[in-house]
Amino acid sequence: MIEPQAIVDTLKHAALSSGDTIPAPAAHSAAEHGEKFEFGHLLAHMQNSKALEFPGGHVELPQFPPIHVGSLAIDFSMSKHVFFLLLSALIVAVFAIYAANRNRKNLIPKGIGNLFEMFIVFIRDEVALPNMGPGGLKYLPFLLTMFFFILIMNLLGLIPYGATSTANISVTAGLALVSFIMIQAAAIREQGVTHYLAHLTGGVHWSIWPIMIPVEILGLFTKPFALCMRLFANMNGGHIVLLALIGLVLLFRSVIVAPLSVVFSVGVMMLELFVAILQAYIFVMLTSLFMGFGMQSEHTEEHVEHSHS
Amino acid sequence: MEPIGLGYLSAGIGAGLIVIGAGFGIGKLAAAAMEATGRQPEAAGQVRTSMIISAALIEGATFFGLAICILLAVK
Repeated sequence: MIEPQAIVDTLKHAALSSGDTIPAPAAHSAAEHGEKFEFGHLLAHMQNSKALEFPGGHVELPQFPPIHVGSLAIDFSMSKHVFFLLLSALIVAVFAIYAANRNRKNLIPKGIGNLFEMFIVFIRDEVALPNMGPGGLKYLPFLLTMFFFILIMNLLGLIPYGATSTANISVTAGLALVSFIMIQAAAIREQGVTHYLAHLTGGVHWSIWPIMIPVEILGLFTKPFALCMRLFANMNGGHIVLLALIGLVLLFRSVIVAPLSVVFSVGVMMLELFVAILQAYIFVMLTSLFMGFGMQSEHTEEHVEHSHS
Repeated sequence: MEPIGLGYLSAGIGAGLIVIGAGFGIGKLAAAAMEATGRQPEAAGQVRTSMIISAALIEGATFFGLAICILLAVK
């Protein structure tokens, strides 16, 4: 009745194929009343696929042949996660521009302008200024964009027929790469290139430099890698637990397990909602923290203390 | 003992150890937070915020291990 191989294949697909796409017809080839249970249909909601699903049917997304640049093959064909990336960017842009216009007209913000202002003031006063000091205000648009982008991407995965783009390691790797570039750019802009390179040595005797510099460079890369893995694993964890809980009903093939499973699934989804918002905040806070570390140097240290009380 | 069996076994044991580590770390964190709130109830908001941030960071470390366990289990 319970096929362990099916469970292993499920996890294998979930873990390794988050970057791959499955063709659209295979997602609907599940035999729900057949002899051997297929996790395929259940799994398709977690993976990337080449089609969007609607309650009516599915829509095939445009595919383009890969463009070969040198030895790289860049594939611009659209998949479900890419679609939700673009959708999230569109939502953030539309709502933010609309809220900014509304805030420009009313002196006291109300409605959606008020909502955005609440987030913006929160990020400015709790994240940007304490971590980066007064010089951090020029990085505030970047932090806010990251925050809303990741937040909307995480939340879109919770609605029916939605998908979490951040559950794809390529997406979180891209976000971590952007964070990495911004961290180095902030450090270089504040300290200058020579001071930035001097910090890579860590202030030890010059004879230990051959050991110190590779370790410091490795340390530069571990922090964005941690950002990437944290977001990816948090977003996937909720989905895997939901897969296990709902799959439990289908595995035992009886309705008796269903109320228990659904109640636990609701609880897990509420936790996922909280984790979605929290992980967006943590990503932005850690990015600003690392930027603040890079921006501190000997002559700017006295300015960092003057944050809000 | 085949390598595949050992791989699954290690993934399972690793997942259990991960949960122990995460539970222990976050438990200590929650205990410290409760104590701080008990000592100074008006700082409860600050303490709660810091507690949630620290919990998220500890969970981040947990998920590294979990990703390695999943890699072991599917190889």
